[in-house]
Amino acid sequence: MQIVKREGASKKQIILIRLIAIIAAIVVSGIFIVFLGYNPVKVYLNMVSGALGSKIRFRSTLLEMVPLVITSLGILVAFKMKFWNIGGEGQILMGAFAATYIALYVEWIPKPLVIPVMFIVGFLAGGVWGLIPAFFKAKFGANETIMTLMLNYIATQWITYLQYGPWRDPSLKGFAKIANFPDHALLPKVFGIHIGFIISLVLVAFIWWFLKKTKRGFEIAVVGESVSTARYAGMDISRVIILTMLLSGGLCGITGVIQAAGVNKTLTMNVSSGYGFTAVITTYLSGLSAPRVLVVSFLFAILLQGGSYIQSALQIPQAAADVLQGMILFCALGSEFFVRYKVRFSKNNSISSEVK
Amino acid sequence: MNKTVYVEMKNICKTFGVIRANRNVNFSVYEGEIHGLLGENGAGKSTLVNMLSGIYKPDSGSIFIHGEQVNIHSPKHAIKLGIGMIHQHFKLVDVLTAAENILLGNGESVFISSKNKIKSIQDVMKKYGMEVDLDKKIMDMSVSEKQTVEILKVLYRGSKILILDEPTAVLTPQETDRLFEILKSLAKAGCAIIIITHKLNEILSVTDRVTVLRHGETVSTLETGKTNIRELTELMVGKPVSLSIEKVITEKGNLLLSVKGLTALGEHNVPVLDNVTFDLYEGEILGVAGVAGSGQKELCEAIAGLYPVEKGDILFKGENIVGYSPREIIKRGVSMSFIPEDRLGMGLVPSMDMIDNMLLKDYVNQPGITINRKPAKEKAERVTKRLDIQAPSIYTPIRKLSGGNIQKVLLGREIDANPHLLITAYPVRGLDIGASYNIYDLLKEQKQKGVGILYIGEDLDVLLELCDRIMVLCDGKVTGITDSENITKEDLGLMMAGETLSSIKRGM
Repeated sequence: MQIVKREGASKKQIILIRLIAIIAAIVVSGIFIVFLGYNPVKVYLNMVSGALGSKIRFRSTLLEMVPLVITSLGILVAFKMKFWNIGGEGQILMGAFAATYIALYVEWIPKPLVIPVMFIVGFLAGGVWGLIPAFFKAKFGANETIMTLMLNYIATQWITYLQYGPWRDPSLKGFAKIANFPDHALLPKVFGIHIGFIISLVLVAFIWWFLKKTKRGFEIAVVGESVSTARYAGMDISRVIILTMLLSGGLCGITGVIQAAGVNKTLTMNVSSGYGFTAVITTYLSGLSAPRVLVVSFLFAILLQGGSYIQSALQIPQAAADVLQGMILFCALGSEFFVRYKVRFSKNNSISSEVK
Repeated sequence: MNKTVYVEMKNICKTFGVIRANRNVNFSVYEGEIHGLLGENGAGKSTLVNMLSGIYKPDSGSIFIHGEQVNIHSPKHAIKLGIGMIHQHFKLVDVLTAAENILLGNGESVFISSKNKIKSIQDVMKKYGMEVDLDKKIMDMSVSEKQTVEILKVLYRGSKILILDEPTAVLTPQETDRLFEILKSLAKAGCAIIIITHKLNEILSVTDRVTVLRHGETVSTLETGKTNIRELTELMVGKPVSLSIEKVITEKGNLLLSVKGLTALGEHNVPVLDNVTFDLYEGEILGVAGVAGSGQKELCEAIAGLYPVEKGDILFKGENIVGYSPREIIKRGVSMSFIPEDRLGMGLVPSMDMIDNMLLKDYVNQPGITINRKPAKEKAERVTKRLDIQAPSIYTPIRKLSGGNIQKVLLGREIDANPHLLITAYPVRGLDIGASYNIYDLLKEQKQKGVGILYIGEDLDVLLELCDRIMVLCDGKVTGITDSENITKEDLGLMMAGETLSSIKRGM
């Protein structure tokens, strides 16, 4: 057996490989479900109907999709520059933290302006959290992967500290929780879905335009491809890195604002709940294209929503649902290997026999 | 001819996707023969030897080693079969000695440098008449010494079939001669040697037979003694080619660039440019010769504002531009174009199409925050037409073009800006003959327009023919600047090795 690099796989081949991967995931997961003692067909149908089967379920799938889309866009901007931002979690939490401060502790802002101000400070706070590793990368060449990852822990502990310490709601005796947002700090709804959904669509269009049509977007792409070329072209690389990470972290910060003000109605650890990491996967699978982020995030939302539905509908334990999700992810990401390489089985002397 | 056939390749085919790198290639090498493999870039030379050394596997066709059909499935297997590859980029460990490097990777412990093993290396050296200081560390060695260690390493592993991939690219003419002597004595001792090169005079001086490849097919195998440069070129290119660069005579113009006492530091604060001083006039091509890594890259980058200058002045039309960033240089109207050695890593963005690559320096001058791609599209079309660039379309990613066309895109973009000073680093590296002559013509055309050109080159014949004056660099120092009319290749070689022009003249 031999592993050979595939030189320029055709579109047809790539689609076929991906299709096989998805089928493989469904089959392998099906076997797993059989071992658990359930009917796989029934479980799959339940997953789909759990995510799309009714208006309410469809709505919650869309709600699940919003944070994935916006966080993915943030990660995408950084990845385009080959800046491996895996600090989405921290940036989301810091954005939510800043917005919570406005919602709960700043009273002089006129009520209609509270939400816009929350978005602005949320963007900035997330941006600053992305800017810190960018600064150290630009000035000292620090490894951004480690730094963004570590900053996640600082943000997590900071929120925990606030929850148990200074921001604990004294009216809830004995229960450590930050107070709920007042009504004017909650996101308004359109067709039963908070406006975060519309914001996410606008942002997809904006990022697509930004990367394709603006000078900054061009600079990001050049820096991502080759720092030497960027230098040769006269670009200020430190500036590009820092501004890009402000945007990347800022977008994640906006996710934090939306999750706090639209879903959780307060600041808790659930605001991020893994979106920062899941978005790394969705961004990667989308091939760094903003419109495709939308599609991949939707499919992911179905997976997440359907997974949680079968927990309650069929009493499949949470862990088993997670295994299913993991299996599907494993196959989807694993298929990338086969896009780039092919495996060849050959016996001795098979080569000469091929001569016509 | 009753010589034993060591290597025989029959009807070899190999495709990569849609590219047919080798088509029915037939090729054989005898015992005691030096066999040249000649062809333009992309003719399939490397693919062919990579199949011998186990890196690729042929799609069809058969390989016989010592008369036995084999299916070489890995580089390890190739070594076992006695096939040794000497790559262009040496695979040696700098901090170890020659002996340690030779023993390394044979499954033997490096740390017990037993006398027996050293003795067996010395036996190999004696057998082939080679000389290497086995206790010397690789980092203290010159390029040619390192190459000898590579050859010795392969011989120690018992290889009788040696493949050398463009071995002379990094050598001075004198070092090349020494290498050829080694190769000849190896052949006499019964080795079969395959040497890949695109330098025709080297083929003529060292090989016994030569096989010419074109577009992946074997065109012909000839006895070297019965052929000449003209015939080989025609076989290689597929049509008659004029091989002389006619020098364009231009009036010497005004002083354009004056570099004074330029010093720059590299790693560990070792000077990579040491007190470099020269002048460049309008309408002149100043060639820079030197062994690779003598400071050519740093010199270009320092002038272009990409490498920090420690001391000295760079005067462009009287204005000192030391310390300016590339963007400041552009903004201040210093009309300079730099064509870097690393085309895809510095001059162009490989994944982007021609249009976006045209934008690389221009986008910043557009008004507003958005990019208007229309002028870049026009520029791409203009450059394509002017330089006759062969590309599926201007929307094709640059990396999918051939080397010659990639270089044309880069050169075309820079010429389109009508520079007064053109800095070109190895502009024909990796290009085939036709493409190279194309580039020379373009440079001459620029010279006629009054552009001052700094030409970093490696082929001394070309430097002598193309340039008005030649400056030689060795270890970052200028060893001499001379009119190209009054100097021989041998003297340039001596200067490349560190002798100064004045000491050579005195010796005469």
